Amino acid sequence: MNFKRLITYSFLVLILGLIQVLLLKNIALFGIAFCFIYLLTILSFPTTMAHIPLLLISFGIGLLIDVFYDTLGMHALAATFLAFLRPFWLKIISPIGGYDDTTDPSISEMGIGWFLTYSLPLVFAFCLVFFLVDQWGTGGVLNVLNKSLFSTIFTVILAIIVQLLFFKRRRGI
Amino acid sequence: MLRILQFLYSLRSFLLFVLLEVLAIWLIVANNSPQGAAFFNSSTAVIGSVLNTQSEVVGFFSLAEANEALLAENAQLSEELKILRLAPDSIQIHLDSAFAATFEFTGARIISNSLRFAQNHITLNKGEKDGIKPGMGIFNEEGVVGRVKSVSSNYAVAISLLNTGLLISSKIKSNDAFGSINWDGKSSRQAKMLYVPRHVTALVGDTVVTSGFNAVFPEGIPIGIISSVNQTGDPNYLDILVDLTTDFSKVRYVYLVENTQVNEQDSLYLQSEIQDEF
Repeated sequence: MNFKRLITYSFLVLILGLIQVLLLKNIALFGIAFCFIYLLTILSFPTTMAHIPLLLISFGIGLLIDVFYDTLGMHALAATFLAFLRPFWLKIISPIGGYDDTTDPSISEMGIGWFLTYSLPLVFAFCLVFFLVDQWGTGGVLNVLNKSLFSTIFTVILAIIVQLLFFKRRRGI
Repeated sequence: MLRILQFLYSLRSFLLFVLLEVLAIWLIVANNSPQGAAFFNSSTAVIGSVLNTQSEVVGFFSLAEANEALLAENAQLSEELKILRLAPDSIQIHLDSAFAATFEFTGARIISNSLRFAQNHITLNKGEKDGIKPGMGIFNEEGVVGRVKSVSSNYAVAISLLNTGLLISSKIKSNDAFGSINWDGKSSRQAKMLYVPRHVTALVGDTVVTSGFNAVFPEGIPIGIISSVNQTGDPNYLDILVDLTTDFSKVRYVYLVENTQVNEQDSLYLQSEIQDEF
């Protein structure tokens, strides 16, 4: 990863993190659909990124969001889980011929259908872990599933909108 | 030995994953005890100042509402003051310690609040420097809001009443039957009243107030109004649902209350070997 890309990703983490904690923190559509737009940063890291830095960075981002949410550990736990699943899921859904070195898992490069297959299960896994921990002991499994499902849909829709509006067709490499 | 190391090396990313998850779970557990040591949360100086700026911007738009609430409370207070103020020809009697001021009040502004999770927290813009201590009760003119969990020098983090871990000692105003208010994690407008025995006649529409038993809140601060009473579930206790009087989506300015004699009460409990039961 060269220096310019590093700057781009740091900028992405910062902006989406700020949007998450300042604007989206208290938004819940119909009381059940939350938005975790900061996951878009973890989702849009390069496909060839090594496991260990990915896990560490995701844990760090999760912890940073946690500090603002006062839910210390919950976002970190779920984001690390997402980062752990990501390489395996990428391998499963890889196109014929595999990814090349500079492929970004974004709509502009892979198309919207691929992005949906890529992001929906990963974000759902995140939401499931997050709401399981959040509702632990309150005994509402149905509530967890309900919140996870609608939060996933909301998050992915917003992630698509953000990509279409703000991601350049070819990010400067 | 070398092969074991090689095997572990091939699993390194999985091992790191497990390590990070264990760390996260440890953080969750260590951070979840209601009075536990919260060392890294939104009362940190940098994060507190970010949230403070945000709340100042957002707060500008609800100034009119805040003003109205203050006006209403001022009117009510001056009405009460009229009763308390002595007429010039009356006799002044010194009251004994039972009536001495045991509670001190301070005001604060909420800079961060959440109500959609099962464990909700509130951040306040006052901290240790302003005399805020862990364990202080928080309420506003509508009713009980929460309890302070930890403080830094300029900010404080509190457990909201909308937190499944918080129990507040309360009573039904009409017949003094006491119980505990605990949120069930469902609606931000409703909570459960626990441990009210079955023989008590609790009616829909009765007011629930703080009991003053746990030395956090003074007696009589409103909490909610009973919205349903059922006899299902537990064979010993009633199943009471309470509509909270506080609108947690709008709460901005709050009062903090400190019991100045809490140390004396606590040491008395310790002396007589009573655990804090609430």
